[in-house]
Amino acid sequence: MIYLDHAATTPMRPGVWDAMAPYSDDVFGNSSGVHGVSRRAKNALEEARERIAVAIGAGPREIVLTSGGTESDNLALKGSALSSNPRRGVVTVATEHEAVLETTDFLRRLGVPTAVVAVDDNGAVDLDDLVDAVDANTAVLSVMYLNNETGVIQDLLRIVSAVREREPDVLIHSDAVQAFSSEEIDVDALGVDLVTVTGHKFGGPKGAGILYVREGTALEPVLHGGGQELGRRSGTHDVAGAVGLATAMEAAVADRARFKSQVGEVRDDFEKRIVAGAPDSVVNTPESMRSSHHLNVRFPGIRNETLLMRLDRTGVAASAGSACQSGASEVSHVLEGMGLTPDQARESVRFSFGWNSTSEEAMDAAEILLGLVEELR
Amino acid sequence: MRALVAMSGGVDSSVAAALMKTAGHDVIGVTLKLWSGPNGEAPTAGCCTVSDAEDARRVAAQLDIPYYVLDYTDEFRDGVVDRFVRDYTSGRTPNPCIECNRTVKFDRLLSGLDDFGSDVLVTGHHARNRFEDGMWSLRRGEDRDKDQSYVLSMLTQAELSRTVFPVGEMTKAGVRSIAAEMRLRTASKPESMDICFVGQRDYRSFVRDAAPGAFEPGPVVDSDGTEMGRHEGIIGFTVGQRRGLGVAVGEPRFVVRIDSATSTVVLGRRDDLEVAGVSLRQLTWTDGVPASGQVIAQYRAHGEPVAATLHEDRLLFAEPQQAVAPGQTVALYDDDRVLGGALIADTFR
Repeated sequence: MIYLDHAATTPMRPGVWDAMAPYSDDVFGNSSGVHGVSRRAKNALEEARERIAVAIGAGPREIVLTSGGTESDNLALKGSALSSNPRRGVVTVATEHEAVLETTDFLRRLGVPTAVVAVDDNGAVDLDDLVDAVDANTAVLSVMYLNNETGVIQDLLRIVSAVREREPDVLIHSDAVQAFSSEEIDVDALGVDLVTVTGHKFGGPKGAGILYVREGTALEPVLHGGGQELGRRSGTHDVAGAVGLATAMEAAVADRARFKSQVGEVRDDFEKRIVAGAPDSVVNTPESMRSSHHLNVRFPGIRNETLLMRLDRTGVAASAGSACQSGASEVSHVLEGMGLTPDQARESVRFSFGWNSTSEEAMDAAEILLGLVEELR
Repeated sequence: MRALVAMSGGVDSSVAAALMKTAGHDVIGVTLKLWSGPNGEAPTAGCCTVSDAEDARRVAAQLDIPYYVLDYTDEFRDGVVDRFVRDYTSGRTPNPCIECNRTVKFDRLLSGLDDFGSDVLVTGHHARNRFEDGMWSLRRGEDRDKDQSYVLSMLTQAELSRTVFPVGEMTKAGVRSIAAEMRLRTASKPESMDICFVGQRDYRSFVRDAAPGAFEPGPVVDSDGTEMGRHEGIIGFTVGQRRGLGVAVGEPRFVVRIDSATSTVVLGRRDDLEVAGVSLRQLTWTDGVPASGQVIAQYRAHGEPVAATLHEDRLLFAEPQQAVAPGQTVALYDDDRVLGGALIADTFR
């Protein structure tokens, strides 16, 4: 199998599983317990938290361990809009992940003022529109760093400074789930208050993520209970998950420069081959402000579900970017947001590359893909 | 043979997939996502529910065949649901399962067969499709009680030549025993009876919601034209209905006709329900050759076949028939072989 769906999830990096294993075995203790086996688990947990904090330039108290991206996005938005801070509003962007958009809609139904700002044909949010949407009642602004379906990168630095100029007290959240492999995530350099990261997108385990919460940020928990994570996220800790997450984060940070150039080259070669071999194909990923490892491309006249089925049967794994629980491809709200018609969105396929992608397999996949495109056209 | 099995999540299509796999064919399973409610919610009953898709997925995994969900919600809404609503607002009695077979399942899956990389479409219908005398003939299923040739009566050589019905040669009990033997999770799953997009709701409230304002109050008249009462909309009535007419007369009255143009519901006595024959539209022939003369006709999915004489688009029943309504499908047979199918345009006495 040639796996070109790394944006959905990517294999664990070497050493991660081994690092986790003891905490699902000998060191099984509940990190909140009062005895030896629990103290050892607690120690591993806090050590992992420190390593995670270092990887994003944060302090350990600013790390809330969660079950992953969806939970972190929920906590960032619900936690900000429902906190002791009197500001209530939520502002976000039309091409965000469902975890942000559906949470925003939930808050809207609770009576929270919300605004969803449109993007242009390149997927970039208009800075003026975004700033205009933020007002004195806005609790949190959520802007994804790097889009999961298209690889579009938002200009976070400009966004943060422009928004701060208008409303210094608005919290700024960024879902950086897709960015961590290739982009440096330094919370102070970015100037954000809340950041979502999840392990399985860069070689860690599934079910382990974090929400970075800047010191002093008022946040209402989504999960109430025993008061773990300084009251911000209750529930018995997944110690093995935290250790796996920390291990993968360190590996990803150490590998980041290579990833960006080398995986980027694999993607670029793949893209060039596709565009040359299928001249009527349309690359939805913009030419600038794009990631190193995503390629969203449209093949006019070919339904993506048919192409994906044929690719799967030929041993190439790709995706339509967004799938519902049943597994059916849905019309992508991200592509629609960028001005594609529903039919054009249904002709679009996402190829995404990861830490172990190679040029050889990408070229093999390109030939298979071009053969199928020729046949299906 | 490369086979594309349409898996609904029921026992028949599960066994159809299993039989094709066991026979050594290159099999893939697909489930069609056909409907989500106006707010995107998943349906809760019938052949297009999420749990049914899960059953199909699990059976495919057990059989170790690739499995995909194909999204045909647009086609289903346009070709089946909108038409269902339109038919009822026009006073006709539609059969949405047949429309789904015609406009979605067989149309889309067969036209996409090459693209899917498959040679034949396989379904779990109880009907037999055999190559006889240089021709594909569609016959009633082995299990007469479960026979589904009626809902396939619009298929022609183009479709039949690329379609396989593996369980049509078996009884339902036989299908279930194979499923049990192979430990398929769908072995004892009950059959779905509801219209899948309506679920357990009343179809009348579904149509009312889908076509608000389409139904106006109107008169309930007796066969001689005397107004006997008023009604809130023709969707509350079907031909043959006896209860809930909102009128009180000594002798039992039945709905004998619905005039959508004037929102008039016409009542009559039991005798007035009888029709001598029907005129047909959208006639298709399995072998492409129009039949005429003596035929067997069936005008309900589980109705009794009756003798009739066909002359062009007019079908005259040997005995008068009751509760025959425009919009219903008529399947025409020679013994157990399907000759063709049509929709009832109108009835005559």
